[in-house]
Amino acid sequence: MSLSAKKLKAGDTHEEVVVDDLTRTQLVMYAGVSGDYNPIHTDDLYTREVAGYPGVFAHGMLSMGLTGKMLTNYVGDGRLTKYGVRFTNQVWPGDTLTAKATVAEVRQEGGEHLVDLVIETTNQDGKTVLTGTATARIDP
Amino acid sequence: MSDDIKFPVEATHILMFARAVGDDNPIYRDADYAAKTECGGIIAPPTFPRAVSQFDPDYAMRPKPGKKWFGSGKNPTGLDGPAPTSGGLHAEQHFEYHRQLRPGDQLTVTTKDGAKWEKESKRAGKLTFQERIQEYRDQNGELVITSRAVGVKTERPVEQK
Repeated sequence: MSLSAKKLKAGDTHEEVVVDDLTRTQLVMYAGVSGDYNPIHTDDLYTREVAGYPGVFAHGMLSMGLTGKMLTNYVGDGRLTKYGVRFTNQVWPGDTLTAKATVAEVRQEGGEHLVDLVIETTNQDGKTVLTGTATARIDP
Repeated sequence: MSDDIKFPVEATHILMFARAVGDDNPIYRDADYAAKTECGGIIAPPTFPRAVSQFDPDYAMRPKPGKKWFGSGKNPTGLDGPAPTSGGLHAEQHFEYHRQLRPGDQLTVTTKDGAKWEKESKRAGKLTFQERIQEYRDQNGELVITSRAVGVKTERPVEQK
């Protein structure tokens, strides 16, 4: 299932809640699988008393991974050619994140149909935690 | 400049990675399902390439046997001074996919430093940015993924508004 250039236009949007009430357990899962065991993501004592933050917070790459789920649900599996983000605010346990893609341009390059997307992920307070862009191959 | 990293892509690692990012898509775990899709088999999720850290022998964010670790045990930190990595955060991450990663791929990853720059911020003092470019090549020497990461060191913890 993928997008069709004929049916897509600039300004079209797709959004999903990609996590509801983020748990500390999910931060542990992400640390374990990614290999990033920085204690600021799993060790509250260290994070409060040494790092100087109110508590553990999510890996930027977890926010990007959660947002990636929205993207692949939208453009289809194996269709992304580019995906890049900036992390603009930290994500905390208890956060609910909504990821949104907006079509910037539908274009052709080397005989392929492509869509350029602008991405923004926000938390339950409407604060932006991640912004970015992506490009995907789409059907004619 | 770091040494090349050997990164074998395995189905179980992909399954666990998809779970950790809350993605229940069967393309990441069900070979029979995946075989019937246009991908023709299991692929890795878009942010999976960063799991290369597991295979970096020198990765600073992994405790090593017999070495002091900066996280808590008896005390809030196992080190006497600040951790070498303290104040480090991930600022940006960009991937280019020349093709999708699949179980069985034997990747070789080269890492090189990119640009370095500084910026003043109200919320965290002086910020020092460092770019790192990683190129992932497969068993045939083909470039499959290009990754550009920007890390930032903050002068003090980021103020929470």
